[in-house]
Amino acid sequence: MSTPRSRLRPRDTVRVAFSGLRARPLRAVLSALGIAVGIAAMVAVVGISASSREQVNQQLDALGTNLLTVAPSQSFVSTAQLPAASVDMVARLDDVESVSAVGIVPDAAVYRSDEIDPNQTNAIAVSAARTDLLDTVSATVASGRWLDDVLSAFPVVVLGSDTAELLGISRTEGDVQVWLGGEWFTVAGVLDPVPLAPELDTSALIGWPAAESLLGFDGAPTTVYQRVAEGAIDEVRTLLPATVDPAAPEEVAVSRPSDALAAQAATDETLTTLLLALGGVALLVGGIGVANTMVIAVLERRSEVGLRRALGATRAHIRRQFLGESVLLAALGGGGGALLGGAATAAFASSRDWPFALPVWVLAGAAGATIVVGALAGAYPAARAARMPPTAALSAV
Amino acid sequence: MSVTTAEPVIRLRGVHRRYPGRPPVRALDGVSLSVAPGELVAIVGPSGSGKSTLLNILGTLDRADAGEVRIDGRDVGALSDKQLSALRAHRIGFVFQQFFLSPGVSALDNVADGLLYTGLSLRERRRRAARTLARVGLADRVRHRPNELSGGQRQRVAVARALVGRPSFLLADEPTGALDSASGAAVLKLLHELHDGGTTVIVITHDHGVAAELPRQVHILDGRIESDETLELV
Repeated sequence: MSTPRSRLRPRDTVRVAFSGLRARPLRAVLSALGIAVGIAAMVAVVGISASSREQVNQQLDALGTNLLTVAPSQSFVSTAQLPAASVDMVARLDDVESVSAVGIVPDAAVYRSDEIDPNQTNAIAVSAARTDLLDTVSATVASGRWLDDVLSAFPVVVLGSDTAELLGISRTEGDVQVWLGGEWFTVAGVLDPVPLAPELDTSALIGWPAAESLLGFDGAPTTVYQRVAEGAIDEVRTLLPATVDPAAPEEVAVSRPSDALAAQAATDETLTTLLLALGGVALLVGGIGVANTMVIAVLERRSEVGLRRALGATRAHIRRQFLGESVLLAALGGGGGALLGGAATAAFASSRDWPFALPVWVLAGAAGATIVVGALAGAYPAARAARMPPTAALSAV
Repeated sequence: MSVTTAEPVIRLRGVHRRYPGRPPVRALDGVSLSVAPGELVAIVGPSGSGKSTLLNILGTLDRADAGEVRIDGRDVGALSDKQLSALRAHRIGFVFQQFFLSPGVSALDNVADGLLYTGLSLRERRRRAARTLARVGLADRVRHRPNELSGGQRQRVAVARALVGRPSFLLADEPTGALDSASGAAVLKLLHELHDGGTTVIVITHDHGVAAELPRQVHILDGRIESDETLELV
């Protein structure tokens, strides 16, 4: 006659482990909290930086990465200009889809009225703008209207977003005038911020013909903007200096504004790594807390171990029970931490109008880290419980 | 009623057990004992007599240093730790003085835990637990938690837990030790009823009054069996 083996179903292992936690809920919650803080920190750090990157990516998708700008390379010489013919020259290049330009009107400044001290220029540049500027740099009008061929000939101005704020102008119905280069100019519109051409935010833009006729502008552009066919960007980039200024190509600088935006998003990576490491430390401390809880639990529950051995549990069953309890405890913290971190990410993203992004690998990593921490923290206490002789366990009441 | 022809449930021959120390404690010093199926036996002795060690040996929770221990026909000395666990899961039912019930868990699930390590499904464990609770007279206390039960009821739950796996014998360690006399008497009555139903019961006690109510009394002192009397009860 043979006796069947002792058997504890996997489902019962989980049940037994869970009932161990349920017997002391406060202690379980408190020791899971350590893990939760670590996981929450790591999830939130990765989530927030992912959301930030996602926001930049969406912005770049919307703005396009194929805008190139050409400007005189010696930017400290404020009067440096490009040849007047450069816009037409660039337009003749094969892969250029659109081209536009602005030209800073030298010595012109804009004031709220003619009573203002001429020295208070607010560093606002007065620029002549071509009518196709908005399309090329993906700028949008916040209120009022943009310059068209007719308006361009008249003393009419469209303000960059910062300029409007500096001058304190919000009305664009045609009844507001500014004192610009010794003439009264009517404010026709205000632009939204232009991420790809932030210099326009601090400009007052007037029509090319008006600049020439009213302010003595010589028609030489200071910045040329061009949209280039996606596949030909590098090629066009090398061609542009000689195209714009065949006489002195080395004095022409070509840049790609989207690169600057992308670089800006990448700079916080160092900080992310640091915060991630801090989250890891919190997780480690949480793991030590779980290990401590489990060691105490094993000491306190000697008689339970004895009873279970008397009921037929093998050493392996006891080990699995306490290991399971430790992993469950950590998982409880990990789950709570992931929720907390996700919520923090969502709250932060929505407060900045970013899209919410939480990579799946973060959640998978958090789950993995939790299980590893729980198993490591529980390994020693579980082995200790399993090694306890059943008689010692029962007599220790 | 004679049961001498059947193979004994328990057979000890010249069992020694000593604990290290200065001087070493001879907890059991050549104990021989045989219990046949269906017997109701009291093992009586004062504290320090070795009866707890004997309980541990009978329950396969501890091993003998020398001598032969056969439980339910198996040579315990030759079994692995795993095999002993299996033996306890399927053949031995323990009842403890302190009950050892899980607080916050219903009587039904406490009894069902007696089958936890048999691999039966929870559903089947509960089904059998309900039946066993009815057998010990607690059919109406199935959903109650230990703190909602009297001491006597708790011990009956513990007896049901020991019984639910249909073990070869019950091993009760001071089953009335933590109870008032009325509850203790009720638990003893239950053990008698189980005995009448054919269950083998071994009660370990220091209480001669308890032992006196049982048909066979094995007296133990200083690790040796002093006397082994079977009374003809009317």
